[in-house]
Amino acid sequence: MRASNVTKAVALALSVAWVAGCSTSGSSSNTGETAGSNNGSTQGVNQGSGVSGSSMSDVANLQTVFYFDFDKSVVKANGFSDLEKHAAFLAANPAAQVVLEGHADERGTREYNMALGERRAKAVSRFLQVNGASGSQIETVSFGEEKPQILGHSESSWSQNRRVELKYVSR
Amino acid sequence: MCVDEFCIDVLDKGKNVKSVFHLLVASCVFLLSSLTYAESDLAIEITQGIDEPTPVAVVPFSWNGSFALKEDIAKIVSADLGRTGLFKMMNRENMLSFPTQQDQVYYRDWRVSKTEFLVIGRQIPAEGKQIKVEFELYDVLKEKRLLAERVSGTQDNMRDIAHYISDMIYQKLTGIRGAFSTRIVYVTAQQFGEGKVNYRLKMADSDGARPITIRQQSEPLMSPAWARDGSKLAYVSFESGKPAIYIQYLATGKREKIQSFRGLNGAPAWSPDGNKLAIVLSKDGNPEVYILDLRSRSLARITHHYGIDTEPSWSPDGQSLIFTSDRGGQPQIYRIHLPTRQLERVTYEGNYNSRGRLTQDGRFLAMVHRGMDNVFHIAVQDLKTGRLDVLTDTYLDESPTIAPNGSIILYATQKGVKGVLGGVTLDGSVRFILPAVSGDVREPAWSPYLQ
Repeated sequence: MRASNVTKAVALALSVAWVAGCSTSGSSSNTGETAGSNNGSTQGVNQGSGVSGSSMSDVANLQTVFYFDFDKSVVKANGFSDLEKHAAFLAANPAAQVVLEGHADERGTREYNMALGERRAKAVSRFLQVNGASGSQIETVSFGEEKPQILGHSESSWSQNRRVELKYVSR
Repeated sequence: MCVDEFCIDVLDKGKNVKSVFHLLVASCVFLLSSLTYAESDLAIEITQGIDEPTPVAVVPFSWNGSFALKEDIAKIVSADLGRTGLFKMMNRENMLSFPTQQDQVYYRDWRVSKTEFLVIGRQIPAEGKQIKVEFELYDVLKEKRLLAERVSGTQDNMRDIAHYISDMIYQKLTGIRGAFSTRIVYVTAQQFGEGKVNYRLKMADSDGARPITIRQQSEPLMSPAWARDGSKLAYVSFESGKPAIYIQYLATGKREKIQSFRGLNGAPAWSPDGNKLAIVLSKDGNPEVYILDLRSRSLARITHHYGIDTEPSWSPDGQSLIFTSDRGGQPQIYRIHLPTRQLERVTYEGNYNSRGRLTQDGRFLAMVHRGMDNVFHIAVQDLKTGRLDVLTDTYLDESPTIAPNGSIILYATQKGVKGVLGGVTLDGSVRFILPAVSGDVREPAWSPYLQ
């Protein structure tokens, strides 16, 4: 218990430090995220499927695509609140499972971007675990730069392609 | 059916040597090509010149057959030699005459037009749709014939004959083995409909001609790598929903999935002896380089660092691996000596150096490089002197692959909004683009010598 609290504290401290360090990325990534959340792969809920109603609708309305800075794998602060709610849902529903798909933009080499995509997915995974989800509920897979959300060769496309998509496999 | 050979006779008297070449891999390609023969996707376009290349003229070859030939051999040979940057090829409209026999060669005329070497040839119909191609290479200044050979083939392998002739001439003139009779593989991605992409693994001649599809699927395919014997490829496929490494045998199209682990399974690279694959796995928590022994199936972990270690590539002697690591904060290229596990950082210039590939002599390292301008280019580092040269000025350049004789680097780049293949000589003197007609072209991999 003690150890996990320490881990949590360190992880949060690091996240905040990194975010502070990377906060100069400016407005383009912010607009990217706004647009991106419209394109996010949020999954609808089939009413009356037998799982607790309130938590389902909570999760269904949450952000499921989380964006990153170039060559960085630090979860940004504007994703914290929704990720905490996903984590809480996972903690409350041990049978629920998610896949975290990590992606990179097209810059840099493809295999390096595979590694970067995985690192991003794992950063989100760690965040969820620090906030109560179990590692066994989470699977990560990287697609590197192979599956861009938006085709294009400018920061407005790249900022939407550097992402982790959270998808429920079961809930 | 898989038989396709052509004979080379040495015309010079007294040296009546006969040799038969079995182009094994080539013949299997012909077999495939009859299934999916496509129009040439890629046409060479020279985009950059050089200072002092040697002037060479390739005169159109004569043909006295009753049917039209599909290919212009002299044109293909001229294009092959021109791409190396070593030669300045004479345009046909500037030729004063079109000799096809030795007694029609007037050295003075060619000296006047500053030609130093001259290639002439004849195409002669033979039994059973065979075509005999005789070619001769002359040193104009010394007024001497350097080469005279006869090659036999059919309409269907005229391009192979042309590349063979280019190889002979290149070797005679440079002393370096030609690499025109080699192949390239690359990946194309073609969008069709909402969010649907067709990924193809294609194989083409070294000049981009005669592309054929050797694999297609709806999930990404990446990192094709040739085995050193040219008989098979390894690549990464997402067909199972996760990255896994497959080996595909070119002759049969048969595939084999190698043991897959949780997380990344990527960046396969064949050892020079063909018995091992260097791969990247993240099963132990983060990307590390491993060596998989394909005979014993044993796995040895090579790198140990919490950073990203990826993109391994073998030194030609098989004694060390170069790889990309961000252990220093940014991606840079490192080398690990396998017997001692001694590690050394290789690149220092630039803020992003990755996916290194060594020339066959081990001296030059081609890589993706990002310098002060923050744009990704192809660069070459001379490992003897440490000097790094940026070779390209295109945009988003990646995946450098080196011809087996070290003459040319092919790479993926952007032209407009499309991914295309670019080529550049190792000294940066000649650059060219192989424009694609359709789809997004990426990740070229140049074959070894095929024989």
